[in-house]
Amino acid sequence: MKAINRRQAFALGGGFVMLTLMPMAADAEVTNDAAKWIEKFTAGKQPAKGKISLDLPEIAENGNTVPLSINIESPMTAVSYVTDVMIIADGNPNAGVATLSFTPLSGKAEASIRIRLAATQNVVAIAKMSDGSLFTEQKTVKVTIGGCGG
Amino acid sequence: MADKPRIKLPKEATKGEVIQIKTLVSHVMESGQRKDAQGKTIPRKIINKFACEFNGKPVFSCALEPAISANPYIQFDAKLDEAGTFKFSWTDDDGTVITAEEKIALKA
Repeated sequence: MKAINRRQAFALGGGFVMLTLMPMAADAEVTNDAAKWIEKFTAGKQPAKGKISLDLPEIAENGNTVPLSINIESPMTAVSYVTDVMIIADGNPNAGVATLSFTPLSGKAEASIRIRLAATQNVVAIAKMSDGSLFTEQKTVKVTIGGCGG
Repeated sequence: MADKPRIKLPKEATKGEVIQIKTLVSHVMESGQRKDAQGKTIPRKIINKFACEFNGKPVFSCALEPAISANPYIQFDAKLDEAGTFKFSWTDDDGTVITAEEKIALKA
């Protein structure tokens, strides 16, 4: 066995630090029942990427009120429109955030709400079209102060 | 009882125009996650549903979860084909419903 030299030792040490910091990394792991929510909404169908533009701040100083805007590309006519959009947060105590229901009378599939985020996590939106197709988009939000009280 | 909800939309619009509606209602939106000084969980009390109708037809609605901020602000759009009345309703966990109405006219 080859003895590790100084450079390799440093690399190893660095890796170790990275590992210990992992739970705080931006790609927060799913800590709640998000999968169940998605399963219920999509009924097992795999949503495609695209059509949705999800607008969230990259860094939220106050997790108690994080502005969220969503816009889904759709003609919004009686034959082709967005029916429902589910928004979930995968690091909150409960994954559910809101389910928006549009109609052709909405004119545009666009809405803004303010949400609470407990910690740095991913916010996922899944849109259901009137023809049954599904689209998804997700954004990671870094949260400085959690918004679910203590 | 909560204050009167605040709603912002144009007074009149042209036929076929898509207008933006902004609503805000005062509500604590108690998440059911927080604990009081004695360490007891404060029971959940939120607005769990918002709906908007125009002349009796649904325009937009949403189911809300505890992850919605206090004093829920909701902004959405509506396409206008005729003059009429928008009806808004916010449903509380305890069953109370806050309602509001706004009239809109077509531009001559």
